[in-house]
Amino acid sequence: MHALALLAASVTVMGAVMAMTRRVAVHAVLYLVVTLLALATVLVMLGASFAAMLEIIIYAGAIMVLFVFVIMMINLGQPDSAREKEWLRPRAWCGPGVLATIMCAELLYCLNPPSGPAPAPITAHDVGLSLFGRYVLMVELVSFLLLAGLVSAFHIGRNRVGGR
Amino acid sequence: MTYSAFFTIILTPLVILGLATMLTWVERRLLGLWQDRHGPNRVGPGGMFQAVADGTKILFKQDWIPPFADRGVFILAPVIGMMTGLLPFAVIPVTMGMGIAGDMNVGLLFILGMMGLGVYAVVLAGWASNSKYALLGGMRAAAQMISYEVFMGLSLLGVVMMAGSFSLHDIVAAQAGLWFIIPQCLGFGVFMLAGIAQTHRLPFDLPEGENELGAGFHTEYSGMKLGMFFIAEYAGIVLVSSLVTTLYLGGWRGPFLPPALWFALKAGAMVVFFILLRASLPRPRYDQLMALGWKILLPLSLFNVMATGTILMLRAS
Repeated sequence: MHALALLAASVTVMGAVMAMTRRVAVHAVLYLVVTLLALATVLVMLGASFAAMLEIIIYAGAIMVLFVFVIMMINLGQPDSAREKEWLRPRAWCGPGVLATIMCAELLYCLNPPSGPAPAPITAHDVGLSLFGRYVLMVELVSFLLLAGLVSAFHIGRNRVGGR
Repeated sequence: MTYSAFFTIILTPLVILGLATMLTWVERRLLGLWQDRHGPNRVGPGGMFQAVADGTKILFKQDWIPPFADRGVFILAPVIGMMTGLLPFAVIPVTMGMGIAGDMNVGLLFILGMMGLGVYAVVLAGWASNSKYALLGGMRAAAQMISYEVFMGLSLLGVVMMAGSFSLHDIVAAQAGLWFIIPQCLGFGVFMLAGIAQTHRLPFDLPEGENELGAGFHTEYSGMKLGMFFIAEYAGIVLVSSLVTTLYLGGWRGPFLPPALWFALKAGAMVVFFILLRASLPRPRYDQLMALGWKILLPLSLFNVMATGTILMLRAS
């Protein structure tokens, strides 16, 4: 199990690296999808299969498809790939690289190897109870945000009758 | 892993592929029957081997990739279609003991996830073909499938609430007294419509509407890659039929006959119903399809969730 989790985690990291370095936007999105699927595998192995399935349905199945959809709409071509190449010069990697190294070091320092028996699988029931018990304020705030998004999308996309 | 589980894992995809292939013949024969013509009736008994002949033909056709296509993604698209078409069968319980992982505790979500990933096959095929008809088909497919995924998920919530579980095993077990098609008739209707749109079957096959888009997202495909799209589509029909059987028609339950036969009978009837829909209904316009979804199915499925929740609450208290 441990080896499998490590394998899935390394696929996640590889996918993320490939997603950053691809020049064709659709390829980058596909690698991001691979990253998300591998992350879902890691979650399943940690016992959080509900969260894993939500990750697949929402992130990989809906949000990433919308990304592909938008990329198809704006129809990127050769000039865009060339510009992307321009952006990905070695010098551009310095700043983010340093920051990521600091984060990674901190994470490794804080990370204690888990001890004791494996945690019990988290069911949909547990998730629902904690969402509407302990974290109910967060859920309400997020629904506010979504409502705001919905209203503004409706405002922008509305058919204006009579010009203007 | 026991020997029988291993055997099931090997056998299931083969059975599904065989079924999907045979279904091409069944569909053409039934369409012939309903449209007062013969359909393929020459090869083998009743034309049964027509599917084999077609399969052989499509295998030996030249496999051509257009020079303007994005080669990697072009090949990847039908592969994704096949994979996401076959994987959901892993969690469908044919009977109590038959099936690979029927009691997976998030089985229904797994199926929804795989259906969600199935969108990539169509969208990427449309994009990688680099031709306008394929691109239009791909964009239509993306919008249609994402929208109908929402209603499909919402309509299933009623079933999940009544069964109290995402596991398909538990859902069938909860239908011991009454099949869910009666208390969840609204959800059933929404699920059927969403299922047709999700598998982009006629009458909702706008992504490949041949009178306006050539062949839609698979215009540039030929040979076995095209065949893979076809087989994925027929596997999708079998999947939605099995899902309807499991979720609304009581799965393997039924008197006298063995459970596996009951499952096959119910799923088979649903498949025939799908074909009957194709034979009898005209294709709506694209905006009509989207309006039907967001203006009718969404409120209906939300109402279904609310009503089911209220009744369950009242019954519990």
